Amino acid sequence: MKVIMDAQAISRSLDDLTERIAATLPDGTDFAVIGIRSRGEVLAQRLAGTLAQRLGRTFPCGTLDITLYRDDLNEPKGKGQPQVRTTEIVFDINDKIIILIDDVLYTGRSARAAMDALIDLGRPKAIRLAVLIDRGHHELPIQADFQGRSIDVGPEETVRVRLTEMDGTDQVIVE
Amino acid sequence: MTETDQEKLTWTHKHLLGLKDLTRREIEFLLDTARGFEEISTRSIKKAPTLRGKVVVNLFFEDSTRTRTSFTLAANRLSADVVEFTKKSSSVSKGETLIDTARNLEAMGIDIVVIRHNAGGAAKLLSRHINACIINAGDGYNEHPTQALLDVYTIRQVRGSLEGLKIGIVGDIAHSRVARSNIWAMTKLGAEVTLIGPPTLMPAKVNELPVRVSYSLDAVIQELDVINMLRIQFERLGGNPFPSVREYSHFFGLTVERVARAKPDLVVMHPGPINRGVEIESEVADGANSVILRQVANGLAVRMAVLFLVSQGVAEQSKER
Repeated sequence: MKVIMDAQAISRSLDDLTERIAATLPDGTDFAVIGIRSRGEVLAQRLAGTLAQRLGRTFPCGTLDITLYRDDLNEPKGKGQPQVRTTEIVFDINDKIIILIDDVLYTGRSARAAMDALIDLGRPKAIRLAVLIDRGHHELPIQADFQGRSIDVGPEETVRVRLTEMDGTDQVIVE
Repeated sequence: MTETDQEKLTWTHKHLLGLKDLTRREIEFLLDTARGFEEISTRSIKKAPTLRGKVVVNLFFEDSTRTRTSFTLAANRLSADVVEFTKKSSSVSKGETLIDTARNLEAMGIDIVVIRHNAGGAAKLLSRHINACIINAGDGYNEHPTQALLDVYTIRQVRGSLEGLKIGIVGDIAHSRVARSNIWAMTKLGAEVTLIGPPTLMPAKVNELPVRVSYSLDAVIQELDVINMLRIQFERLGGNPFPSVREYSHFFGLTVERVARAKPDLVVMHPGPINRGVEIESEVADGANSVILRQVANGLAVRMAVLFLVSQGVAEQSKER
């Protein structure tokens, strides 16, 4: 197990992401922040807070559960059984720019599922993907628009983002 | 509910035959899962691709409006293909047995069978003979698990939890699979259940069930938090369980006057179909305490969750092999 980001590094990275996202959202832009359950949800809440401060305005924030859109539901190999949780997007996403947030971009399959799920909810003006870690080795033609840190971690290793709200501590580890 | 609480449980059942054999944790897990499906019905595109490529057959040997439509819609919303089967227009009328019918359907590549049958144990029997997932949509007087699940789901939605609630089930308990599934689900979730009705409509061996029994609605109405009114199943009645329908409604009908004597937040439920003026007055069925239509709406989310979970059960079982 190797810690590649501590609390301070994560905080700096989120500040940096906030700046870069804010720069693409001129005054009057109709946008919303949506996090992918579970760690993306926590990151989305933090980024929504810093973004609101930076931009001096409020905007809608939601949570997306992508379980029903996963492409591996019938593939028994792999991790534990996926659990269906709730999607909480109580605003209209039509014509909004959606800042979609996840903790790690790896194969790109979660992002694909999230885009399909969003499009079933309406027709956003654009979807932009923001992730804390891009670990490379994508399996689909999907790239992040904003990433906190890019690392090259092979498939034999796991990248885990731990966040205080869920895990009691802020760190990113590779094991 | 925190994430780790939910993650402790892995759903391993590929059939839903009844609630008697499920644990409290499994029932709660199923209800929690159903919450995630509610949102699908609120969208403009009421569909998710979850069961794309799966085939569900509705194998109904008895009439049904709600349950059948609800299962069809639930399967459609998850993008499964649905085959409708009715006894009248099938080879059952030519003498084919249940198992042969199901095996033939299975040979055409179905994944999930939703079965309603007038014989108790029909769903279980089928699960022993074919490989598809079996969901019991009502078997004789035995169980109707998805109805009870949507009932407890609705109670949880209105009251938060069933723990400590006093629930009355009124009417034709003897012929009611809904009552039986309700008893298992509600008592497992911590409610106290009282069966209310004339002795002639109480099931045999009622003393072996985890319930109280009362022969007077008036004696217990004040203490109830939830009341579930059942229809008299005239089509199943033999003999004369009560002198007249009028007398039955006089003693066991839920009237405005009785509701006025109950707790103000009494939750009034009915699994349908309603016989207005018999077991429940129209004003009560349509009144502020009634959650009857909410039950129907919740049925969709619950059935989507059941369809999803039994398919997950299949994936889980193939993992073990």
